[in-house]
Amino acid sequence: MSVTEAAADHLLDVRGLSVAFTRKGRRDVRAVDGVSFTVDAGQTMGLVGESGSGKSVTSLAVMGLLPKRGVRVGGEVHFDGDDLLTLPPERMRDIRGRDIAMVFQDPMSSLNPVVPIGIQVTEVLHRHQDLRGDAARTAATESLARVGIPDPTRRLKEYPHQLSGGMRQRALIAMALACRPRLLIADEPTTALDVTIQAQILELLKELVRDSGAALVMITHDLGVIAGLCDTVHVMYGGRVVESAGRRELFAEPHHPYTGGLLASVPRLDAPRGAPLHPIPGSPTDLLPWSEGCAFAPRCPNRVEPCTENPPALESAGGRELRCYNPLVAAEEVPA
Amino acid sequence: MSLAQVEATTEAAKVGEEGGSLRRDAWRRLRRDPVALVGFGIIALFVLVAIFAPWIAPYDPADRPGAGIVTPTNIPGPSAEFWFGLDELGRDEFSRVVFGARTSLLVGVVALLLGMAGGLLLGILAGAFGGKVDTVIMRVVDVMLSIPGLLMAIAIAALLGRSLLSVMIAIAVINIPIFARLLRGQMLAQRGSDYVLAATSLGVRRRSIVLGHVLPNSMSPVIVQATLTLATAIIEAAGLSFLGLGSPDPRVPEWGLMLANTQRYLASAPHLAFFPGVAIVIAALGFTLLGERLREALDPKYRR
Amino acid sequence: MLRFVVRRLLQLGPILLGLSLLLFVWLRALPGGPAAALLGERATPEAVARIEELYGLDQPWYVQYWKFLVNAVRLDFGNSSKTNRPVVEEMLRTFPATIELGTAALIFAIGIGVPLGYFAARRYGRWLDNLSVSGSLLGVAVPVFFLAYILKYVFAVRLGWLPTGGRQDPRMDADHPTGFYVLDGIVTANPAASLDAIVHLILPAIALGAIPLAIIVRITRASVLDVVHEDYVRTAEAKGLYERTITRRHVLRNALLPVVTVIGLTAGLLFSGAILTETVFAWDGVGRFVYEAIGNRDYAVLQGFILMIAILYVLVNLAVDVSYGLIDPRVRVQ
Repeated sequence: MSVTEAAADHLLDVRGLSVAFTRKGRRDVRAVDGVSFTVDAGQTMGLVGESGSGKSVTSLAVMGLLPKRGVRVGGEVHFDGDDLLTLPPERMRDIRGRDIAMVFQDPMSSLNPVVPIGIQVTEVLHRHQDLRGDAARTAATESLARVGIPDPTRRLKEYPHQLSGGMRQRALIAMALACRPRLLIADEPTTALDVTIQAQILELLKELVRDSGAALVMITHDLGVIAGLCDTVHVMYGGRVVESAGRRELFAEPHHPYTGGLLASVPRLDAPRGAPLHPIPGSPTDLLPWSEGCAFAPRCPNRVEPCTENPPALESAGGRELRCYNPLVAAEEVPA
Repeated sequence: MSLAQVEATTEAAKVGEEGGSLRRDAWRRLRRDPVALVGFGIIALFVLVAIFAPWIAPYDPADRPGAGIVTPTNIPGPSAEFWFGLDELGRDEFSRVVFGARTSLLVGVVALLLGMAGGLLLGILAGAFGGKVDTVIMRVVDVMLSIPGLLMAIAIAALLGRSLLSVMIAIAVINIPIFARLLRGQMLAQRGSDYVLAATSLGVRRRSIVLGHVLPNSMSPVIVQATLTLATAIIEAAGLSFLGLGSPDPRVPEWGLMLANTQRYLASAPHLAFFPGVAIVIAALGFTLLGERLREALDPKYRR
Repeated sequence: MLRFVVRRLLQLGPILLGLSLLLFVWLRALPGGPAAALLGERATPEAVARIEELYGLDQPWYVQYWKFLVNAVRLDFGNSSKTNRPVVEEMLRTFPATIELGTAALIFAIGIGVPLGYFAARRYGRWLDNLSVSGSLLGVAVPVFFLAYILKYVFAVRLGWLPTGGRQDPRMDADHPTGFYVLDGIVTANPAASLDAIVHLILPAIALGAIPLAIIVRITRASVLDVVHEDYVRTAEAKGLYERTITRRHVLRNALLPVVTVIGLTAGLLFSGAILTETVFAWDGVGRFVYEAIGNRDYAVLQGFILMIAILYVLVNLAVDVSYGLIDPRVRVQ
């Protein structure tokens, strides 16, 4: 089977993506280091990691939104038969908003404060579907209604500061989905919102994606979001994917010590009072020389010698992937 | 070096920038900054020339060594004997420019100090007391700002008569609103900050808070503004002299006044306009360069 | 929107009042007393007595102030002590000249400053950017009158490309119904006169507009640099919009907000600079007239003109505020 044939099977096929930030007179910062994953139509994929894990940079690389200067991108990103990384910018502009769309974290700053909401929606329709005037306005109203914004006709003329946080995020989702893209990337869409609104937005995303048959890539640091939403999960640390699995398998039996640590660190309502919390010691920016080994090694309770010498390779087994010398559950020891 | 190491160093650098000894950091950066050094060098040159004018200038500015040579149609330009040439009365232009530095520095510094004192006082009062006091002071400041600078200076000079003192006072008055607004803004911003709330809740008296804490923290933008204001003060002083509002004493050279007298001779003796004009530009540039770099160094949020 | 404008107008009231009070006090504080000040050289005892009676200078100060206000509203500022013509007449003669010059300077400053600042920002760190930054630093260090001299010397005296001064070639013998020479040429179907007026405007407008140009370049550049990194620009890119759409609707519309505010501030610089520029280019405007009034101790003129200029300045700033409100919807809600 040729490489291109395999590529055509998945909606999005990221292979060995790497992103390095270069600065004059300083060493490169490797934000993304050999990341690979695939997304199929109708699938919801989660990308989990702390800040600095490279998850946002990955999504920006897929969208082609990284700055042109000071950045070096490698690898392949296959979408619809094209390698997005090699496309000319005009083609990439056509794809953005029409085939792949993105929703960002902070709805207040992600909206242009001096342009009415209606125009911020119709401009996408105008750009990709050539809709103008009344046709565009009607379509925009429908978009807003579809994301659950009440009284959408009035909202068209309003400005971002006149909407609540939850409604702004809904508006942004409406703009992203206006042209019915086949892939939606959501980068921490609920982090900046109130907890009660968070649940609503996540429900909305689930519904919309299900109705349209699009694929969703959910980027988050919050395992709770993943649990409720995603079919498959990829855990990132230090710019690499360290574990991939289906949702149930990952939560039931995490293999990578980092995943285990993440799960254990979530405070539980049913734990007895006074029970200690279990954070992962250290932070991702601890200063320790680990360039030769696994990025997580300094903080890892399962650390063994090979961990600090060479970065572990990605191994696949039983529908899961793992990058670890000394996982929590040895690959052979699968309970009956 | 690994990703995390690099990230960590950038993090550490960021923390060092924002918190801690901002001024020491700024000082270090400034010392290596070529533009700031050039600005500082120019200022040093300017100050030295002003202070040591009698030793640098070959003639007294009122002397007329070239009285015999100069005629209305022949005003010699730069030569080996008279580096900047002669003026229409036969005086040595170089000496006059050198002594003019004295006048400019004196006027600039005095005007700045007066303006700063007045402005800071108003600003502190407005910011510290708030309420009605603030409103009244700010209204006064608004009225002052509603008259364009030069116009205000002219009005003051008309009131006080033509002298260097009235120029100094005029420029000081123009700059009072700037410092008042600056300090009031700082005070308001800091009033809501945590350390002020903490100190107040501990019972520290308002005066101590203002003098001991808020004021020192507001110094950075004041220093920057003072430097930049010196630059504009020099230009404003020249402008006022140009209009004839400065000292009427023809023996006191002032760059602006020297420029005013050259209108008639622009075609025949351009050097008369060139040297004083360039002197003004260089002096103002020195303070502007240093002031700009100071602003960038002291304000962590300021991006070029 | 209307409420916004009205509110702003009302805020003007106390400022204008304060201003008039200040001027009133100023005239009475002048050496020699106000009557002598108003009469200048012709201050004979009889004339002084007549003036005192006319202006009610023997009456309590608040009555005088009231009279002053009433006269000011009727645009009665007395007569120039030099020309003995009503101050208002002199205003009508000189204000159009300065307004024309100021407008030309502003067009120059904005027309070049905004695009330059924008492109400098988009080409951050490259030669255009560095040139613009250096240029604007230099621009504020050069006094207006020195620049005026340099321009005059290079382009008028040495090269002879442009006239050395004045608003129009006297040989044109053109009519001036409006006082705005460029307009007059159009109105009187004399395009050659308009062209000639424009040619005379070039050097003074450049001299006057240089400092506002420097400031506008800086502010535009800084503002565009800030806006380009904003999240909503990233959203616009994520939508796949064309670059020109993003620039127009998302970058510029936000980046120009501070620039609009700054333009209001530069109006003050234009007034001040006009005094200096008009002197060098023999421009028959407010600036030169005020300059001569200083020399002539023509206090009636100074009082009336300063008040007028200040009012105009305040109104310009109001216009700027209102335009800001037109562009930025967040401001209107206050």
